[in-house]
Amino acid sequence: MAAITLQINGKAHQVDLDPQMPLLWAIRDVIGLKGTKYGCGIGQCGACTVHLNGQPIRSCSLPVSAANNLAITTIEGISADAGHPVQKAWIEEQVPQCGYCQSGQIMSAVALLQKNPHPTDADIDAAMRGNLCRCGTYQRIRKAIKTAAAASK
Amino acid sequence: MKQVTRRSFIKSTGVTGIGLWLGISGVHGEVRKAASLAEAKNITPYILIEPNGGITIFNPRPEMGQGTFQSIPSLIAEELEVSLNQVTIRMTNGEKAFAGSQWVGGSYSVRGSYQQLRKVGASAREVLIRAASNQWGVGADTCYAEEGKIIHRPTGKSFTYGELAEEAAKLELPKEPKLKEAKDFKILGKAVKRPDIPLKITGQAVFGIDSEVPGMLYASVQRCPVLGGTLKSFDSSDTLKTPGVVKVVEAVRKVGIYTYTGVAVIADSYWAAVQGRRALKVEWDTKGYEKFSSAAYDNTLRALAKKDGVIDKTKGNIADGSIKPNQKLQAFYETPVVAHHTLEPLNCVAQVKDDKLELWTSTQVVDSVVGTGPGDLHAQVGIKPENITLHNQFIGGGFGRRLYLDYLIEAVNIAKQSDKPVKVIWSREDSTQFGPFRPMTFSQLSGSVGADGTLISFEHKVISPSMSESGGDEYDKNKVDGTMVEGIGEQDYEIPNLKTSYVRADYHVPIAAWRSVTSSTLAFAHECFIDELAHKAKKDPLLFRLEMLSKPSDTKRVLEKLREVTNWDKPLPAGKGRGMAQWKFFAGLSAHAVEVTYNKAKNSVKIDKVYVVIDLGEVVNPDNVRNQVEGGVIMALSAATKPGITLEGGKVKQSNFNDNPQTRIHEAPTVEVHILTEGGELKGVGEPGLPPLAPALANAIFMATGIRLRKMPFSLSNIG
Ligand code: FES
Ligand code: FES
Repeated sequence: MAAITLQINGKAHQVDLDPQMPLLWAIRDVIGLKGTKYGCGIGQCGACTVHLNGQPIRSCSLPVSAANNLAITTIEGISADAGHPVQKAWIEEQVPQCGYCQSGQIMSAVALLQKNPHPTDADIDAAMRGNLCRCGTYQRIRKAIKTAAAASK
Repeated sequence: MKQVTRRSFIKSTGVTGIGLWLGISGVHGEVRKAASLAEAKNITPYILIEPNGGITIFNPRPEMGQGTFQSIPSLIAEELEVSLNQVTIRMTNGEKAFAGSQWVGGSYSVRGSYQQLRKVGASAREVLIRAASNQWGVGADTCYAEEGKIIHRPTGKSFTYGELAEEAAKLELPKEPKLKEAKDFKILGKAVKRPDIPLKITGQAVFGIDSEVPGMLYASVQRCPVLGGTLKSFDSSDTLKTPGVVKVVEAVRKVGIYTYTGVAVIADSYWAAVQGRRALKVEWDTKGYEKFSSAAYDNTLRALAKKDGVIDKTKGNIADGSIKPNQKLQAFYETPVVAHHTLEPLNCVAQVKDDKLELWTSTQVVDSVVGTGPGDLHAQVGIKPENITLHNQFIGGGFGRRLYLDYLIEAVNIAKQSDKPVKVIWSREDSTQFGPFRPMTFSQLSGSVGADGTLISFEHKVISPSMSESGGDEYDKNKVDGTMVEGIGEQDYEIPNLKTSYVRADYHVPIAAWRSVTSSTLAFAHECFIDELAHKAKKDPLLFRLEMLSKPSDTKRVLEKLREVTNWDKPLPAGKGRGMAQWKFFAGLSAHAVEVTYNKAKNSVKIDKVYVVIDLGEVVNPDNVRNQVEGGVIMALSAATKPGITLEGGKVKQSNFNDNPQTRIHEAPTVEVHILTEGGELKGVGEPGLPPLAPALANAIFMATGIRLRKMPFSLSNIG
């Protein structure tokens, strides 16, 4: 067990956990933020994507101790009211089906647009290929990223 | 619009007590309490109108991504004359008033509810109008409904539904209310934004795996990696030393005719359960199944192809002696086993206390969880159906996998051995390796074309294990398993001599329906072979098919539309290929055309575009139909081009998305969807978008490369 401080969405949480526990389970089951999802546990699906110091990472594959005191943003932290341009674009293009992958998709898309406000198709492929969508909403994800990019022009 | 939680629901009805139920009789549990408060009888259970004007629509069709969260309440809201953002949608959880409709599968939800739920909305509208006209003392025909109000046309005075609800609930519902005309629709047929989407882009949507019950423990289950093996013994001493581990118990899971016993590690966190599971030492009796391999089994299926099948359909004389050998063609097609891979892994929270069972999960079959039938959950776990309470959540992908109760049965059997509720989570590896899987089908095809280039005969023999047998249905092994020959005798082609048949193969691996069921493999063989015959006849594959559709039919309309939207008659430039296929089956009908570019140097193919024409009869939300079809194409593409599930040493070789990959965004082609609504018959949406994709793609590859692919999966980066 180790004392760890998790800075999630601007709020500090002191926890005492197995330092090897993946950040994902700490976020979901210890902190109770369920928007971040488990899909594969090995960095292959992107459902667990969160931002660590602004970078998208797969929280299933990071020991919670490695996130000690670093800034973590989850899907719950990107806006108070679904008002982030990426979320608005996701509504505009009616992207989700089951929705299970979409927290991760949105976190990857937000990170992409922060770095690269006007991505090409190839940029989108490169940034989003780590995020599986079993329902197959890729065409809409691509369109929504472009919609969000255009909105910020 | 908000999702109604159980607590806020009780608060809005039971506690305040004045909520007026339109029709509560037969609804059980908390709803019945509310009924006695409202003293409402014999009116629809689907609509709750509170005096303050709050309107709740009850939705019996679970949401798994197919859009029922919106499409089903829309049927009621349209006729009730309320907009969707005026209502709260509440998913039902097995209340008796909705029995029979609380399940999703077979692309059936909208088809199965279209008339019935419109009538529900219309009859409620009519009693609200009558309640208003009674109070005003005016003729009902001078009143109309709009946006949750009844308005008196001559004076413009109005009542809200909330003001009328109590009176309306006393009136008898008309059995044959007048339905709106399509031209007056405000919701149906329109691309209305789906109310579940805001929940799904903010992390607020609660899926089964997100269920949280006070005091809950977690479990992870070790199952015999050799399918068919049984538990001999286990040593949990190291597991019990793992921090957080509470208990280790046997876990019985039943799926169809199969019963498996695994070992469940119960712990205070999922992570601790996983750690404890790693420390388990289990001995299995693999019963000879360790010798099983897919490679050898595939040879068995190939050998079985020589057997005469049991006849499914015959027409004319397939063995017409006048057909010359050079008119004949034969081919053998093969398809793989695949896993469902719902992105939300299987999960269930179960609590067993004093013979009462409470479940939090995501399931496609609410009715089977609380039902009284012999195959329902109560019979499998020995708990009275009236003692079972379900909290069904958003489903993170169903695809047929969540039609099965096995993961609930296993969770209940674990929870029976725990004082506290237990959340069982299947890892991705578990979800990949233990089935039930979509079975492979192998197809022996033969056909002949006449000198005039018309199809004379067509024969399709399916060789496969039986899904009905695996599922435990009363299946007579000497008869055709209708599921395994799905669609092959039902295409609209006018073929003078036709024969379809089935050879059953023994199998010990649990198999199951997978989105578009057996059409997902049979259409590949069937429609590729039609293509082969078209080429033998030296005809354009689309025109060859149209020539076999002389009479008006839905298929004919669909193919003509496909011809139009693809500019079919205009040849493609060199290096490109275009193929098509169609499929009609229990779920509906669609046709696909795929355009590809061949890179000869790399021997690879890129998909440029996919066109789909889907025939529906009626459409509730065209944008959602497009989304479903776009997604269906991607799922079918995964199954066509990515490695399937194979067994070696009796174990599933693949484990996760690294070695059982699925189509990703950089591989996803553009899909253009056209919806036809001229057909009278209502058809489904969720599945018809899949079956024609693989044959249309293989047919396109043939056009571009001259290489005929007869085995799925096939690679796009190394053709042949
Ligand atoms: S759960 Fe982390 S990448 Fe799949
Ligand atoms: S929307 Fe279902 S997995 Fe992406």
